[in-house]
Amino acid sequence: MKRNRRQSQHHWRERLKRRLSPVIYLRRHAQVALDSLGRLFRNSLASLMTAAVIGIALALPSGLYLLLDNLGELSSSWDGQASLSVFLQDTVTAKGARKLADRLADWPEVETVDLVTPKQALVEFGQQSGLGSALEALDENPLPAVLIITPVAGHLAPATAAALQSKLAALPETALAQLDLEWVQRLAAMLEIARRGILVIGALLALAVLLVIGNTIRLEIQNRRDEIVVTKLIGATNGFVRRPFLYSGVWYGVLGAGIAWLLVETGFWLLSGPVTRLAGLYQSEFSLDTLPLQLLGVLGGGGLLLGLLGSWLAVGRHLRAIEPR
Amino acid sequence: MIQFTNVSKRYPGGHDALSNISFDMEKGAMAFLTGHSGAGKSTLLKLVALIERVTRGQLFLDGENVTRISTRRIPYIRRKIGFIFQDHHLLFDRTVFDNVALPLVIAGYPYKEIGRRVRAALDKLGLLDKERAYPVTLSGGEAQRVGIARAVVNKPMLLLADEPTGNLDPDLSRDIMTLFGLFNDVGVSVLIASHDIALIEQMDYPVLQLEHGQLVTEAQGAA
Repeated sequence: MKRNRRQSQHHWRERLKRRLSPVIYLRRHAQVALDSLGRLFRNSLASLMTAAVIGIALALPSGLYLLLDNLGELSSSWDGQASLSVFLQDTVTAKGARKLADRLADWPEVETVDLVTPKQALVEFGQQSGLGSALEALDENPLPAVLIITPVAGHLAPATAAALQSKLAALPETALAQLDLEWVQRLAAMLEIARRGILVIGALLALAVLLVIGNTIRLEIQNRRDEIVVTKLIGATNGFVRRPFLYSGVWYGVLGAGIAWLLVETGFWLLSGPVTRLAGLYQSEFSLDTLPLQLLGVLGGGGLLLGLLGSWLAVGRHLRAIEPR
Repeated sequence: MIQFTNVSKRYPGGHDALSNISFDMEKGAMAFLTGHSGAGKSTLLKLVALIERVTRGQLFLDGENVTRISTRRIPYIRRKIGFIFQDHHLLFDRTVFDNVALPLVIAGYPYKEIGRRVRAALDKLGLLDKERAYPVTLSGGEAQRVGIARAVVNKPMLLLADEPTGNLDPDLSRDIMTLFGLFNDVGVSVLIASHDIALIEQMDYPVLQLEHGQLVTEAQGAA
């Protein structure tokens, strides 16, 4: 009896050793993955609806993020050319304005000074506003002379730019010194808030995706209860039983990401015309960028991970309860 | 092959399904397990299949003490055992071929070998023409034979059958039992739970009789 036992244990180890070669292991994974995908396609309507829910949940944060990204690019492209506009008193003559411009150009903080005379300003305004003929009706030019000052690179930061602004405002010739950077900074601050908001929305929707996938997999486990019992009875490991459900979750996540990508692309395509037109009205060549490759990767990878995690949670909770009785 | 040493099984709630069972079934032996319903036949098979765990005593399978075996190892033990159920437990969403192939797929056999072995098993049971059929289209006897094909396809050391002829007419029942005899002839240990006394008596194999969870007779050869 004892000899017999030792022999059989030896026999056992032998069997375990030749159990699976890596090639067979990978091939099995590929096959289970394909089987799971096939199962999804066999219930195509139900699967599509689940994937669509996931897709919409993923499209919302990615679309918003992309929109924000575009706006951020818009503001950052103007960050570099921040300038101050110094509107001069009406009493300052053209000659005085030119003199002042020369004087300011010598300041160490100042890179360049451009003088826009009232006449030039009127012409420019007439062109841009389309009010040319109405302006001609005016008796006198209401526009002041303006000095457009670009600070040297070291004075672009908000604090130093503000110091320069107050110094310029203190000049007797100045009616108003305006920091053109302000709105850019405000926009950036708003974008930061929006970015946080999108992070929160994204986290909540990711949780929703997790729950949707978890619940779908839970139902699938219940539907295949008999099959699980039988396979366990004929020697399936928990890993073997778990695998098709994990792959289902992954497929749901990836399909959802694909649908999200389609939705975002379609949405941006619909927006791109009006946005370009609007940008044109602002003399800008700004146009919406679609999903960059990185973000597409994040979307796909995120979908995959959420699918895996969601199904893992469901499988962990429900599969262990199913044992042959 | 199967060795029970003073085995008792008490279910939660205090019901004693089996008490103090001892027997030793040799490798390559074939035996019947009889008794009234509720006598503990199913429980005994479930202990062997590691579906239920022994409450007291020791259980050896193929020389290995499996009394307190870890849950992780159970699947590998089960791969040495072929199960045949009263209601065959086929999976209805796949063909006969895929049903029979399942144990091989689980054990990770290469593709080619799966095809070869499945066809060999189906051939042995006269089901080769049913390869692509779905279980719903099969008669009771055919379905049971598919269940047997699935049980023997990975050449188990031990066949366990729980009322394999419970739903079949006498002729079919005898055919099935004869089949088990054929597997036994090639060295497979076979343990069949059945209450079909008439049929059992026609066949010349040792009988383990259970009554109220106790072994009452142990016929020749099983000791």
